[in-house]
Amino acid sequence: MRQIAIYGKGGIGKSTTTQNTVAGLASLGKKVMIVGCDPKADSTRLILHAKAQSTVMDLVRELGTVEDLELDDVMKVGYGDVKCVESGGPEPGVGCAGRGVITAINFLEENGAYTPDLDFVFYDVLGDVVCGGFAMPIREGKAEEIYIVTSGEMMAMYAANNIAKGILKYASSGKVRLAGLICNARKTDKEYELISALAAKLGTQMIHFVPRDNQVQRAELRRMTVIEYSPEHPQAQEYRTLAQKIYDNKMLVVPTPLEMEELEELLMEFGIMEAEDESIVGVAESAAV
Amino acid sequence: MSGAPVKKVAGITKESTQAMIDHAMEIYPDKAKKKRAPHLAPNEGEGACVKSNRKTIPGIMSARGCAYAGAKGVVWGPIRDMVHVSHGPVGCGWYSWGTRRNLVTGINGVTQFAMQFTSDFQEKDIVYGGDKKLKTLLNEAHELFPLAKGISVLSECPVGLIGDDINSVAKTASKELDLPVIPCNCEGFRGVSQSLGHHISNDTIRDHIIGTREFAEPESPYDIALIGDYNIGGDVWSVKPLLEEIGLNVKAVWTGDGELEKIAATHKVKLNLIHCYRSMNYMCRVMEEKYGIPWLEFNFFGPTKIRESLRKIAEYFDDNIKEKVEAAIAKYDPIMQAVIDEYRPRLEGKKVMLYVGGLRPRHTVNAYADLGMTVVGSGYEFAHGDDYERTSVEMPEATVIYDDASEHELEQFVDELRPDLVGSGIKEKYLFQKMGIPFRQMHSWDYSGPYHAYNGFPIFARDVDMAVNSPTWKLVKAPF
Repeated sequence: MRQIAIYGKGGIGKSTTTQNTVAGLASLGKKVMIVGCDPKADSTRLILHAKAQSTVMDLVRELGTVEDLELDDVMKVGYGDVKCVESGGPEPGVGCAGRGVITAINFLEENGAYTPDLDFVFYDVLGDVVCGGFAMPIREGKAEEIYIVTSGEMMAMYAANNIAKGILKYASSGKVRLAGLICNARKTDKEYELISALAAKLGTQMIHFVPRDNQVQRAELRRMTVIEYSPEHPQAQEYRTLAQKIYDNKMLVVPTPLEMEELEELLMEFGIMEAEDESIVGVAESAAV
Repeated sequence: MSGAPVKKVAGITKESTQAMIDHAMEIYPDKAKKKRAPHLAPNEGEGACVKSNRKTIPGIMSARGCAYAGAKGVVWGPIRDMVHVSHGPVGCGWYSWGTRRNLVTGINGVTQFAMQFTSDFQEKDIVYGGDKKLKTLLNEAHELFPLAKGISVLSECPVGLIGDDINSVAKTASKELDLPVIPCNCEGFRGVSQSLGHHISNDTIRDHIIGTREFAEPESPYDIALIGDYNIGGDVWSVKPLLEEIGLNVKAVWTGDGELEKIAATHKVKLNLIHCYRSMNYMCRVMEEKYGIPWLEFNFFGPTKIRESLRKIAEYFDDNIKEKVEAAIAKYDPIMQAVIDEYRPRLEGKKVMLYVGGLRPRHTVNAYADLGMTVVGSGYEFAHGDDYERTSVEMPEATVIYDDASEHELEQFVDELRPDLVGSGIKEKYLFQKMGIPFRQMHSWDYSGPYHAYNGFPIFARDVDMAVNSPTWKLVKAPF
């Protein structure tokens, strides 16, 4: 069983990419489980055609304790026999979403969710690794393979580099490795080249460049993956290709994250960012005239 | 010698007990009443008559502890040759330090480490994570106490909340220090009571300790382990000599006055004798499944149960042991009879109510019967269904059984049944003493003990007599 965690900047398309890739793996005949590690609980919506109604933490809240929970209550099976679980958690601003992830994964382990017939387990993790809870999926004995979803936008690349720093910490004490960047294209300038270059600097690969296509949105409106909605569409083929590449991937590395200056140089090199002009720093518009 | 336990109590019927329960619940709001009702019932003589191991209702004033308490206080704390680290803010460690009367031998700092070790979390440890601090602490503990055989890391609540990975720190430290460093994820908020802390600790022993050492001496067919005796008031020191007297080699004790390396080699024994089923049955089952070691629950409270248990134990061994068991019974019976002759006349017909933890609400019932006393109500803080199944057969018909009882319920029951003795804990003690009812702390043996085995029974009988027949309580006039 290969356990894979997907990280990336908030809103970059982690859940969409994960579910389409998983659907791709399922269409290749693989047995997959998705564990959504985000209180928004939208990591399995496209596989289940519905937002998971009962997340682990929802039921814990209802029943009072996690011990009263049964696996069947939280595990749903969707497209391609993909098993789906959402950790769930509090609404923004209250409680501790990170602990929700820990509780949910502990629960799955203790209740035998990790059955030997599974080929893959995917953890779709909330944007940033803000606390130990969101690092739970990459603790020892769990995901050893991480993909970072990014785009050619500056902030997405910053986030990717930060995540690589987190992976480095865990890689030095355990088996977790960076397996590649997935470029979820936003049609920014020289996006393919830029992300390839970033991947190279991080010591990894851009495992696939997923072009932007509104077919993804059309499928999402129907709460479906492209693979299920329009299997013949070229975009579905892109995800199947990504799935196959992940299946074949052997390139697992300890990342070499960039210093801020290096990252900025890279952006300048590709014309995303202009060289810093020290003379304008801190000078108001009116004063500059 | 002693009589059979009373199976019917005059004046107590299923109806009277149910009426008492209903009366006690009258002041509860409907929702609380509905939730509490299944946890209180007249004894049916078989099966579990109450619901158990459920979340406590807020506002009920439960006497329960937490998972950390079950791990630190019950399972790990008594292992004397380890350093036990309370990982988190200082309070949990401090208030669980030496409060349980699990006695130890050895020299403090050399062969035993009954000290309070804590990582003393501050704001910065919550914000930046405490794993580096833990690493430093482990190094320092090993440097200061190089003779400690291992270190346990017991997580307090905040560690689980911020998601510190103590397992990874422990693993690294264990390698670097060449010492067992055992991470135990026993955050207090996990589970409904201390019971989950026992279970988590058992799992930790399974994952990190069992099978990692061998006994130095050659194996013998009489090798056994004493499981779930925490040496409260020196119980182990009463039980172990008796087991040795009947020819058995007590190779390890879990965990009273315990030693890590012996616990780690327990997979080599021939039989596990389990005293506290609730807190250690998990590991007995693991050793049975993994190593084929049978296990036997036994009861060393009062001569009747001791005799019965010794004979059950003998069944697992050859005639050599059987003869020694009979010899021991023949030797101790007259001594026990003398104890009974002295105390029974003063205790005959007296009534007792119990509210304790792991096994005492059922295991001590017959010890009271040996003294002519009847237990008219019993219950547990954190038991499960299988504990209540084992209790119903010990208790008289239709007597009240209570699970996770509240102070209010106990007060109502005691007020109605007016027992001559209440055996419970420090949280209940003053309530009943103020009611003018004799009380013994039966978690800690009230600064006394041992109560187990033949050496313990005379002390038990003396203490019960001292409490029940003290003139003090006749002078107390409760205004309620």
